[in-house]
Amino acid sequence: MAESYPADLLYHPEHDWARIDGDEAVFGITWYAQDSLGELVFFDLPEVGSAVSANEPYAELESVKAVSDVYSPMSGEIVEVNAALSDAPETINDDPYGQGWLVKVKLSNPGEKDSLLSAEDYKGLLSQ
Amino acid sequence: MSAASETLRTTALHARHQEAGARLVPFAGWEMPVQYEGIRQEHMAVRKAAGIFDVSHMGEIETSGPQAAEFLQHILSNDVTKIEVGGSQYSVLCKEDGGVLDDLFTYRLDQDRYLTVTNASNHDKDFAWFERHADGFDVNVEDAADRFAMLALQGPEARRILARHIDGVAPARMRTATAKVAGVEMLVCGTGYTGEDGVELLLPPDGAVQVWDALVGDGATPVGLGARDTLRLEACFHLYGNDLSEDRDPLGAGLGWACKLHTGFIGSEALSAMAEPREKLVPFAFTGPGIPRPGNPVVISGEEVGIVTSGTMSPCLEIGIGMAYLPAAATEPGTPIGIDVRGKLRSAEIRRKPLYDKEN
Repeated sequence: MAESYPADLLYHPEHDWARIDGDEAVFGITWYAQDSLGELVFFDLPEVGSAVSANEPYAELESVKAVSDVYSPMSGEIVEVNAALSDAPETINDDPYGQGWLVKVKLSNPGEKDSLLSAEDYKGLLSQ
Repeated sequence: MSAASETLRTTALHARHQEAGARLVPFAGWEMPVQYEGIRQEHMAVRKAAGIFDVSHMGEIETSGPQAAEFLQHILSNDVTKIEVGGSQYSVLCKEDGGVLDDLFTYRLDQDRYLTVTNASNHDKDFAWFERHADGFDVNVEDAADRFAMLALQGPEARRILARHIDGVAPARMRTATAKVAGVEMLVCGTGYTGEDGVELLLPPDGAVQVWDALVGDGATPVGLGARDTLRLEACFHLYGNDLSEDRDPLGAGLGWACKLHTGFIGSEALSAMAEPREKLVPFAFTGPGIPRPGNPVVISGEEVGIVTSGTMSPCLEIGIGMAYLPAAATEPGTPIGIDVRGKLRSAEIRRKPLYDKEN
């Protein structure tokens, strides 16, 4: 897919996105992140029920050449993981904002969204 | 582009790589393409059809003179007298204590003239070693790295593509021939680093673009260093700096076949004095999820017993594969082992070479 940063998402400077719906949010990585990593070949699914903290790594993504930490944009508890990625991690490359989502989180502090970036601000960060 | 990258050397094909959208990375002082379209796709192109690699960062040393063979016999581990004119041979360059300085391919160009291909990261060290030990021999040792670009054309279709561009007959496996390819006079060698049939081409840098364009235009897929690594690891070829080092000896690395101790090469005494190697390099494959990486500890019965030196996801086998040094007593194929991948214990088993066998 072509480079894009949907306006309805919020972004973390470590190249993650959050789609917030009340006190839950879905997390994933941005187009830029998947493009930098190259074709993804392994996503070690985090466990449902585990805690995530804003600005901390909660999972690893691996391409053929490299391992990369995935940072949590917000804090909470993982309530769902995208199990389809264990067999087809390349889905993250094909559709980073849709079928390539990583986890759904029950937020412990929804106010953290105020420190995330808009699509415009994130694009500004990338162009620096 | 950062200031640091401006000091990197570039090959004659740098503009071609940029035009092709390659991801360029620093490698051993060079800016080299790590991938074009994607590592897996490039890997499979070599396994199923043909790929072309720019490996012009590799170095060359030319040794000539009446005592060229005697000199090379003194420093290279293999029996140099077995190389016929137009032949080639793999060997290692050892220190006195048997530690490996580099692994090398040597081509015999003429009665008294040999060309040795070095790893980019070791070239200066190797050349200094050649020069230092040439004293007392009637030889001329020349740093020939700037005289050559190097391309590798590899895969089941490689020879068919080459045949349409070569003026003359391509050399058989492990043989060399001087021929024109796409109008450029060069040394064509029946060697490679992928586990596939194919050739390596040593040519003047100013002819590289012409040859690259002709072969890519005829169906060879540009392949970067990323897939070069996954291909060689499936074939269980060593990578210097990972699987070989000055702190490891060639016997433990499984290169005893390239060490002819009776020839008296530098390091042969130390190697002769060694009993069985304490540790051996073995290939392994994961039996579950995960990807091994260099530096991961190997665990047997809860104890750390060895270390992974190469690891990746195998594009052909679609599992994690690698090579590790293990105690010699625990290297039987089929032995279950654990690999500690950043704190998670992953299941693997020792395999035989090669990890990917194209006959199967």
